[in-house]
Amino acid sequence: MGILEVSNVNKRFGGLQALSNVNLDIAAGSLHAIIGPNGAGKSTLLNVLVGKLLPDTGTALFNGVSVIGRKPHEINQLGISRVFQTPEIFGDLTVLENILIPCFAKRDGSFRMHALESVASEKGIIEKAEQMLTDVDMIDKRGMTASSLSRGDKRRLEMAMCLVQEPKLLLLDEPTAGMARADTNNTIDLLNHIHESREITMVIIEHDMHVVFSLAKRITVLAQGTPLVEDTPDNIKGHPKVKEAYLGEAA
Amino acid sequence: MLGLSKKDRNLLILVILLTLATPILLQPFPEGSALAQFNAGYPDLMQRFAIYGIFAIGFNILFGLTGYLSFGHAAFLGVGSYSVVWMYKLLSYNVLPGLILAVIMSALFALLIGFISLRRSGIYFSILTLAFAQMSFNLAYSVLTPLTNGETGLQVYTNDPQVLMSAGSPSSPHFFGIVMNESAKIDVGGWQFTFSNGYYFCAIIAILVFYLSLRIFRSPFGIMLRAIKTNQTRMSYTGLNSRPYTLAAFVISGMYAGLAGGLLASMDPLAGAERMQWTASGEVVLMTILGGAGTLMGPVLGAGFIKYFENIFSKINDNILHTWFSALPDGLEDAIVFMLHPFIGKGWNLTLGLLFMMVVIFLPGGLIEGGTRIWNLVTGKNKKRGVPGKAKEHHPTPTPHVN
Repeated sequence: MGILEVSNVNKRFGGLQALSNVNLDIAAGSLHAIIGPNGAGKSTLLNVLVGKLLPDTGTALFNGVSVIGRKPHEINQLGISRVFQTPEIFGDLTVLENILIPCFAKRDGSFRMHALESVASEKGIIEKAEQMLTDVDMIDKRGMTASSLSRGDKRRLEMAMCLVQEPKLLLLDEPTAGMARADTNNTIDLLNHIHESREITMVIIEHDMHVVFSLAKRITVLAQGTPLVEDTPDNIKGHPKVKEAYLGEAA
Repeated sequence: MLGLSKKDRNLLILVILLTLATPILLQPFPEGSALAQFNAGYPDLMQRFAIYGIFAIGFNILFGLTGYLSFGHAAFLGVGSYSVVWMYKLLSYNVLPGLILAVIMSALFALLIGFISLRRSGIYFSILTLAFAQMSFNLAYSVLTPLTNGETGLQVYTNDPQVLMSAGSPSSPHFFGIVMNESAKIDVGGWQFTFSNGYYFCAIIAILVFYLSLRIFRSPFGIMLRAIKTNQTRMSYTGLNSRPYTLAAFVISGMYAGLAGGLLASMDPLAGAERMQWTASGEVVLMTILGGAGTLMGPVLGAGFIKYFENIFSKINDNILHTWFSALPDGLEDAIVFMLHPFIGKGWNLTLGLLFMMVVIFLPGGLIEGGTRIWNLVTGKNKKRGVPGKAKEHHPTPTPHVN
C-alpha cells in the first residue's frame, strides 16, 4: 500500500475533461515524476491533491486519510508540502522569518493566539530555523528581505520552508521552470541530496526531461487527463506510447 | 525586562518620557508672544492626541500588519462612547465600569462585523466594513433612539438612576475621585504649563496599550499577521488558517477603538452618532498612512499631526496673517494674505490634503520614513535597505519600495 493512493479521479472544466479516471499509487520513500505534454492534466492533478480543486468524482488517500474536501492548510497539517512553479514566499519578511513561520505552523497547528510571547524568546524554534538555513547554505542571508533574493535563492528558500516542516510527502511543481542550466543542475543536486538524506517521498511534475531522468526513480506519463504508462526511467525512454504522446501520431 | 529586547525597551522608555512631558513640550512659546497660538499644551487638545493615538495604534494592528483596510472603525469608537455614557447614567460618574464595558461591547461588535466582512478581502472587505459603519451610524441616529438619544446625543440627566452615586461623589467624570477636568496650572517665567488629570489618565492608558502593541508586533502572532499581508497562498500551503488570525487582529483593533471612544466620553460626558460617521473612519486611515502604516510610532505621529492641524491651523484667520506680514508694503501684504487665505482657518483641510498628497507621493512610508531619511542623512548611514545584518530583523517597519 502506497503513501498516496489516487483512484478514479475525474475533473471536468466546462467542455474539457481535464482528468479522466486517474489512478496513481505512490510508494512511500519513492521519488516519482509525473510527466506529460502541455494540457495533460499534471497541474490539475496536483491542485486536487493539495485541496485547491475539488474533483468531480474519485478518491485520494494519503496514509489512508482522504484529502478530498479538505482545505489546503488542513492537508498541509497532514504532512503534504508543496513547492510552486514560481516560488511562493513571504516577500516582505526576512529570510529567517520565512523559515520561522512553518516552524510555528508545525508546532502550534493552523491557529494559535500567541500574541504576548516574544519571537526572540523562542530559542528552540530559532535554532531549528537557523539549522535549516545552514543546510541550504543561506545562513549568511538570514536578515535579508526575501523579495530581494535572486530567483534561485527564492526557490531554495521555498524548499527550505517546506523541508523544515518535515513533511511526509513533498509535491514539486516544475521546480526548475525558467532556470538557467547551471541553476537547474544545482536544483537537481539539492533535490537528490534532500531525498537521500531525509527519506521524504517526493512527487515531481516536470517538463524538462533532463531533470526527470536525473531524478526520478519512477515515472508516470499523463496525456489528455489519463495516465498512459507507469514505469522506471529506463523503460520510459524508449516507450512507443510516450513518443506518440509527445511527438504526435506521426511518430 | 518586560519581555522586550534592549532596543524596544529604549523605545518604550522614550515614549513614556515624551508622553509624560507632553504638557511641557507642546508649550514651547511664552504666553503673550506672537507664536503662542502655536502652543498645543492645553488639556483638550492633548487628550485628543492621546485618545486618537490609541485609536490609530489599534487600527495599525489591523491595517499596518495584515493590510486589511477597514473603513468602519468609527463604529467601534461610537460603541465605546455610548457604553461609557450609559454607565454614567446607570451607575455613577466613575469611568472604570464604562471603559470595561466599552472594550467588551466593541469586541463583540468587532467579532460580528469582522466575522462577516473577513469573508472577503481587498476592496470588498473595505466596502463591507464601510457599510456596517454607516448602518451603525444610521441606527444610532434614528432607529435606536431609546438607546442612543438620536440626534441630540446621549447625555446624563438629573433623573437618571446613577445607583452608585453618593452625596459626596463628583458630578463629572472621575476615576475613583480623580476628577478628569481638573488640572494644575504652573507658571514658569513667561510660560504656563497645564497638568490635567484627564490628560494623564489618557496618557497612562496610551502607554499601556502602546506597550501591548509593541508586544504584539514582536510576537509570533505579529509575524503571522505580516505573513498574511505578504502572501496568503503560501500561508495556507504552510498549514496556517489565515481567517482566525485576521479575525483576531480585527477584534483587537476594534477593542482599541472602543477604548478610545470610551475615553472620549470619559473626558466629556456625552456621546453622539456623528462619532460613527464615515468621515471619522476615514480620519483614522489618514492618520495611519500619514504617520506610516505598519510602523510602531507612525500612527501616533499621524494622529498628533492631524489633530494639531485641526485645532491650531484652523484658528489662524486673516487678521492674524495681517499682523504677521504687517512689515511688508500694503499692496504686497494684501496679496500674500489673499493667496494664503484658502489654506488657513476653515481651509485647514486643504493644507492637510496637500500635505497628505506630498507624503503619499514622496514618502510612501509616512512621516516615519521622512524621519528615518533625515536621520540617515545626518548620521551619514547607508541608506540601502535589506542589507544583511541583524538590525532589519527587529524592524517590521517600512515595507521596502522602489525609490
